[in-house]
Amino acid sequence: MDIVNVTNLKKIYGDFAAVNGVDFSIRPGEIFGFLGPNGAGKTSTINMMIGLSRPTDGTIIINGIDVRKQTKKAQSIMGIVPDESNLYDEMDGFDNLCFCASLYGMKKEEREPKAKRLLEQFHLTEAGKRPFKAYSKGMRRKLTIAAGIIHSPQILFLDEPTTGIDVESARQIRELIVDLKNQGTTVFITTHYIEDAERICDRIAFIVSGKIVAMGSVPELMESISHGYRIQLAAEENIVKYAADLQAHFEGCNVNTGQNNSLILVSLKRIPLLPVIQYFDERRISVYEAKELRPTLEDVFVKVTGIEAAKLKKEKEKGGMSK
Amino acid sequence: MKSWIAFWSILKKDIQNYYLKPPNISWGIIFPLSWTLMQFVRSGSLNIIEFLPGLMSMSVLFGTTSMLAVTITFERKGRSFERLLLAPISLNTMVLAKITGAILFGIFNAFVPAVVAAFFVDLAGVNWGVVLLAVSLIAVTSTLLGLLIAVSAKEVFEAQTFSNFFRFPMLFLCGLFIPILDLPVFFRPLSYALPLTYGTDILNGAIAQTNILSPLLCIPILLTFAVFLFMICRYNINRKWIL
Ligand SMILES: Nc1ncnc2c1ncn2[C@@H]1O[C@H](COP(=O)(O)OP(=O)(O)OP(=O)(O)O)[C@@H](O)[C@H]1O
Ligand SMILES: [Mg+2]
Repeated sequence: MDIVNVTNLKKIYGDFAAVNGVDFSIRPGEIFGFLGPNGAGKTSTINMMIGLSRPTDGTIIINGIDVRKQTKKAQSIMGIVPDESNLYDEMDGFDNLCFCASLYGMKKEEREPKAKRLLEQFHLTEAGKRPFKAYSKGMRRKLTIAAGIIHSPQILFLDEPTTGIDVESARQIRELIVDLKNQGTTVFITTHYIEDAERICDRIAFIVSGKIVAMGSVPELMESISHGYRIQLAAEENIVKYAADLQAHFEGCNVNTGQNNSLILVSLKRIPLLPVIQYFDERRISVYEAKELRPTLEDVFVKVTGIEAAKLKKEKEKGGMSK
Repeated sequence: MKSWIAFWSILKKDIQNYYLKPPNISWGIIFPLSWTLMQFVRSGSLNIIEFLPGLMSMSVLFGTTSMLAVTITFERKGRSFERLLLAPISLNTMVLAKITGAILFGIFNAFVPAVVAAFFVDLAGVNWGVVLLAVSLIAVTSTLLGLLIAVSAKEVFEAQTFSNFFRFPMLFLCGLFIPILDLPVFFRPLSYALPLTYGTDILNGAIAQTNILSPLLCIPILLTFAVFLFMICRYNINRKWIL
């Protein structure tokens, strides 16, 4: 059973589609990432899911609740961390947390100890007595996250939680998100950092120009572009001329030329190395490098989004000319 | 129950963060005080009773509209307002919590000139129950007017400009300092279209016995205005705040 089901979600501003027919679902307890460039429609999607903006079309079901019809009921199980730290400047950290908790109906006896504990957990106990406006960027981010989880939401929405903060704070935030997942919270996170997505997300959707262009777990996404196994061979001399012969020699193997006079063997099955090296040895060529080429998530991203971006650009030009 | 926790929390936060801030308290006291003194200097102590209702109305009008326009547009700009929109409480509860602070602030402002006047004239003949009722109704209707402005404005200065656009004409049209019967005839329909006219008239009656309408007519009219304004605000909020 999925905890989130989004179908055909659209957000159109004037004649510009910020989100253009998006479908995905999220399983309970997983970290689901939305990865896309600036302006892809990530925040627009989150805002519709949390009930801050009205979809032009589509349905959003969260924990069996139709967000468009029962917005307030759905909001009671959500925790929300927006892309900007939007707490109250004049209030101190502790009061900010307590105030946010009270919006979800938490009583004083519950919210005050919880706020204290969160400040400790985020290493903000001292800062808890200072007004929010005196916080550094990383501290603001952390307190905003604390405010988003103080009422123990079932599902947490994080819009670019690690953007614009230092490496160490970003690492702490990632750890925290994984901790939350381990406690059973479902997490929806948007980011434009590939590494962030790769490190913590169970499943990722690539979003470009309001459309999901690829979706799956990290291994699934890699699989989608790698099409089997690839081995790159390099030798002292130019071995490119052996490509055709090599292909004939090894059944089910495709041989392409790579950079710097190397060869790339592609096969659906694993390629045993010894026969390949023997093949060259018989021809008195010493192979000094044979390595398996694994795609990175970045390769997948570039490949998938690159194609889409070009196609969409063409569509946009067409649209522009018809006007 | 959960909604009440949220309601009190929002109200308490607004009072602590905005209304009890020194500049606002002093504004709430100095503004009515200086008008009171100005009128006193101009007219001598005998006429104070006649000016008091107008002064009280004005204090409420300025206190509520300026504060609400600022507290809402300010929070919307800083985006902390989104927290309130995303809270699992009904929009009505949230809006009521936001306006209650301004209403209380307006009522407080109204009694500044009354307290000052008490030093100079005998206010024993004043029906304070009716005064409180009238002040509350003025506070509610002006707060809702302020809310309407706040919903339309994007910037704090825009909210202030809009509210001045409404407030200053109202000082002259609603019988605060110029009796409505002394206004040119063609202004009068405008006077009767503004809630402040009815509130001031009740105050005129309760303090100086110079009312031109019966309070029994004015009170239901003001209540109708309040409901009507609340509904327009609700409609606009729904349309403008959830994009
Ligand atoms: N209120 C609005 N009116 C018009 N266009 C909008 C509005 N909000 C967003 N857009 C447009 O929709 C597109 C998607 O915006 P969105 O904020 O969802 O992107 P994003 O993926 O979150 O980008 P970023 O990484 O920069 O946060 C952008 O081109 C943006 O200009
Ligand atoms: Mg964004």
